[in-house]
Amino acid sequence: MKFRLYRYHPESGEKPHMQDVDLDIDPAGKMLLDALLAIKAQDETLSLRRSCREGVCGSDAMNVNGKNRLACITPLSELKEPIEVRPLPGLPVIRDLIVDMEPFYRQYRSIKPWLINDEPEPEVERLQSPEDRALLDGAYECILCACCTTACPSFWWNPDKFVGPAGLLQAYRFIADSRDEATAARLDNLEDPYRLYRCRGIMSCVDACPKGLNPTEAIGRIKSLLVKRRV
Amino acid sequence: MKSSTGAHTGTGTWLVQRATAVALAVALPGLTIHFLTALPVDFAGWQTLFVPLWVRVLLLLTMTALALHAWVGMRDIFMDYIQPVGLRLALYLAVIVTLAGCEIVMLMALWK
Repeated sequence: MKFRLYRYHPESGEKPHMQDVDLDIDPAGKMLLDALLAIKAQDETLSLRRSCREGVCGSDAMNVNGKNRLACITPLSELKEPIEVRPLPGLPVIRDLIVDMEPFYRQYRSIKPWLINDEPEPEVERLQSPEDRALLDGAYECILCACCTTACPSFWWNPDKFVGPAGLLQAYRFIADSRDEATAARLDNLEDPYRLYRCRGIMSCVDACPKGLNPTEAIGRIKSLLVKRRV
Repeated sequence: MKSSTGAHTGTGTWLVQRATAVALAVALPGLTIHFLTALPVDFAGWQTLFVPLWVRVLLLLTMTALALHAWVGMRDIFMDYIQPVGLRLALYLAVIVTLAGCEIVMLMALWK
């Protein structure tokens, strides 16, 4: 199969370039990550992140034929040749397919992605009704692979100011949590022309999410809560 | 790390943009039909199309919605592309003057 890989080794002093690679591999039942690891076995200078190889850890997110996906759950047979593999867009490239995730994590941290509850701890655990628990479905499953946020033009343009779809989905996950007490502060944190309202609802995030989540819907719910609070 | 927080603004402008979008989606086709169904028309006939009060009020409200919608849109564009604060404020002012000017010209044309 034919591949076109983005290569960049900053210490070589060369500009980034695309490398054509021919690999003898039977696509049946194999994922893109299998092919990339086979290429790396031939040429160990190829750098990429990967860990769980089953779509759970989110470390092998990359841009494949123009779409952000996880290499480990992208079937080779689905891809049109030559398969063009690039690092995630919108983040600084460290080397080959490895990007600096710091701008993404900084926005994630800014929404305080942990439960805030200053009540004394109960004897056993903080219980939720099944209905309250159901509100977290579609929000808690995010694996922070950054496929959605790096597919978002608003994030490309304002990575320092716009929280991005992944961060906003997580923000909603804690706003919706019946055990969290900081809802008002969380809404204050997000009510901003840049942090929240740079989302124009184009749904690139929904298209990119390898877990089938819907950040646009969560962002809509945050906006609804802000409107409710205001009017 | 500096703690991030919101400017506590943005909901109002977002709401204005959404509300005016709905208003425009309803009003523009209505007005278009009102004028198109009267065609072909001479100048006197064209003038009579503006005689009913509801047409003039609807036109003015539509223009207002359009102006507000355009204001939020232009403001968003300037926020993204114009970084120097002075220049950005000058452009804001230019847009406001232009849109308000359009509104006044329309008011004068409809109720002269």
